[in-house]
Amino acid sequence: MSDKHSKHKSKYTADRMIPGAFEGETVTRRRFMTGTAHGAGAIAAAAFTLPALGFALGPIFKSTPHTWQTVGSANDFSENNYVPVVVTLTPGIGEAGKSTAYVRRYNAKIDTDPYDQSTPYIAISSRCAHLGCPVRWVDAAERFICPCHGGVYDLLGKRVGGPPVRPLDRFYTRVEGENVQIGPRFSVNSELRRFSPRDPGEPLDGIGQFLYPSRPSAQKL
Amino acid sequence: MPKLPAPPLPAALQAPPPRPGEGNGKAGPLDLGKEAGITVVDWVDERTSLSGAGRWLLFRKVPKGTNWFYTLGSATMFAFLSQAVTGVFLAMYYRPDPAGGAYESIRHVTNEVFLGQFVRGMHKWGSSVMVILVFLHMGRTFFFGAYKYPRELNWVIGVVLLILTMVMSFTGYLLPFDQRAYWATIVGVNINGTGPLIGPYLSDFLRGGGEFGATTLSRFYAIHMLLIPGLLAALIGFHLYLVAKLGTTAPPWSKAKERSELLEAEV
Repeated sequence: MSDKHSKHKSKYTADRMIPGAFEGETVTRRRFMTGTAHGAGAIAAAAFTLPALGFALGPIFKSTPHTWQTVGSANDFSENNYVPVVVTLTPGIGEAGKSTAYVRRYNAKIDTDPYDQSTPYIAISSRCAHLGCPVRWVDAAERFICPCHGGVYDLLGKRVGGPPVRPLDRFYTRVEGENVQIGPRFSVNSELRRFSPRDPGEPLDGIGQFLYPSRPSAQKL
Repeated sequence: MPKLPAPPLPAALQAPPPRPGEGNGKAGPLDLGKEAGITVVDWVDERTSLSGAGRWLLFRKVPKGTNWFYTLGSATMFAFLSQAVTGVFLAMYYRPDPAGGAYESIRHVTNEVFLGQFVRGMHKWGSSVMVILVFLHMGRTFFFGAYKYPRELNWVIGVVLLILTMVMSFTGYLLPFDQRAYWATIVGVNINGTGPLIGPYLSDFLRGGGEFGATTLSRFYAIHMLLIPGLLAALIGFHLYLVAKLGTTAPPWSKAKERSELLEAEV
C-alpha cells in the first residue's frame, strides 16, 4: 500500500485534494447535487406513476356488495327440469351485464352430494367452465352443451365431455316469502365442494385450487 | 445530343429577351419566391442541424444483393402508420359505451358517415395486413440470418413489437361491441386467466374486476388507442435507429469476396 493510495481512500474530501473542500466534508457538493436532483426526479415521477398504477390496478382488489335478485315464485320451478332465468351480473350496461342461470328445485334423489344439502333451489350458471361461452340446457339429452368448443355437462352441471376443467358454477339461492332469489356466484370442484368464484378454465381439483387462488376481494357470504 | 437550330420564327413569336431580375441582375420578388423553399429549409437546418441526421438515416450504403424482401419492414411500418391515421379519425366518431352506444356509433360510422365504411374497412382489414407483414418481416430476418451479432437487440425489440401488435389486435377486437366481439373477448380474457398463479390477476386486470363490467370496454379502448400505440411508436423509432446504425445484412447467398480479388478491384 503506497502513501498515495491510502490518501485516495480517505473519506474526507480535503484529504483527497478536491479543490474547495471544507473541513470534515465527506460528500462532494457535486455528488450531493447529483443525488438530490436524481432523488427529486424520482419522487416527482413516483408522484404521478404510483397513483396512476393504483388507479389501474384498484378494481382487482375492490369487493362488490352481494345482491339478491328475485327470479320467480316457487310455482315457476320443478324438481326435475331446469327453467332459464335472466340474472343481472353488472347493472347499468344493458345486455352485456346480463347472464342466464338454470334453476330447479332441490331434489333429494338427484342432489345426493354432501355439499348440496342445505339449499332450497339449484341455480346453475350458464357460463361454461372451459372459457366462458354460454351453455344451454338441452332437455332431450338432459345435458348442458356449450356451442364454442363442445363442453358437455350432466344434470348436476358435472363435466361429462369436452375440454372443461370443472363443473359449471352455481349461484346461492334463498326463498324470501313467495319469491325465489339468486345471490352471488360460487365455483365447485368435481365433488361439488364449494369455492369462492373463479374464472373459467381454472381447475379446482387437487393442486388447482392453489395454482388459481381466489380473489383478494372475495367475501364470505 | 447536338442541339437543333432555332426555327425561323417571326419576331412576335420569339421568346422575349430576359428581363432584369431573372438571373442577370438584383434578385426580384419572383426570385425570392422561387428560393423560398430552400430558404425555409436552410433556416431550420441552421438552427437544428437535422439535415445531417436525415442524410445519415436515408443515404446509407446497402450490401450487394439487397432485394424486395428487404422492403417488408418498411411495409410493416406503413401498415402501422395507416392504422394510426385511420384510428385517430375513427376515434372522432367512436363512443366506448357498453350500454348500446358503442355498437350504435360503429353502425353510424359504417352506414352513414361519408367514407366511413372505407376508413373503418382500412382499419379493420389493415390490422390483419399488419400482423401478416410482421410475420413475413420476421421470417425474412430469420431466414437471412439477420438476427445475429450485432443485431440481437433489434430481434428482441422486434419480438416485443410483435407482442404489442397482438395486444392491439386483441383489444381492438372488442370495440365494435357486437356478439362476436363480446364473446371473443370473454374467451380471450379467460384464456389469460388460465395461466397458473398470475392468470387470475391478469384477467381481473383486463376486465377491471371479476365480471365483464361497466368500465371493461373503456379500459380496452384506452389500452388500444393510447397505451400500446405510444409504446409501439417509441419502439419502432428505436428499431429504425438500430437498423440505420448497424446497417442491413447481405443475403445469405451472396458470398464474401476473396481477399486478393478485393485488393485488385476495390482498392
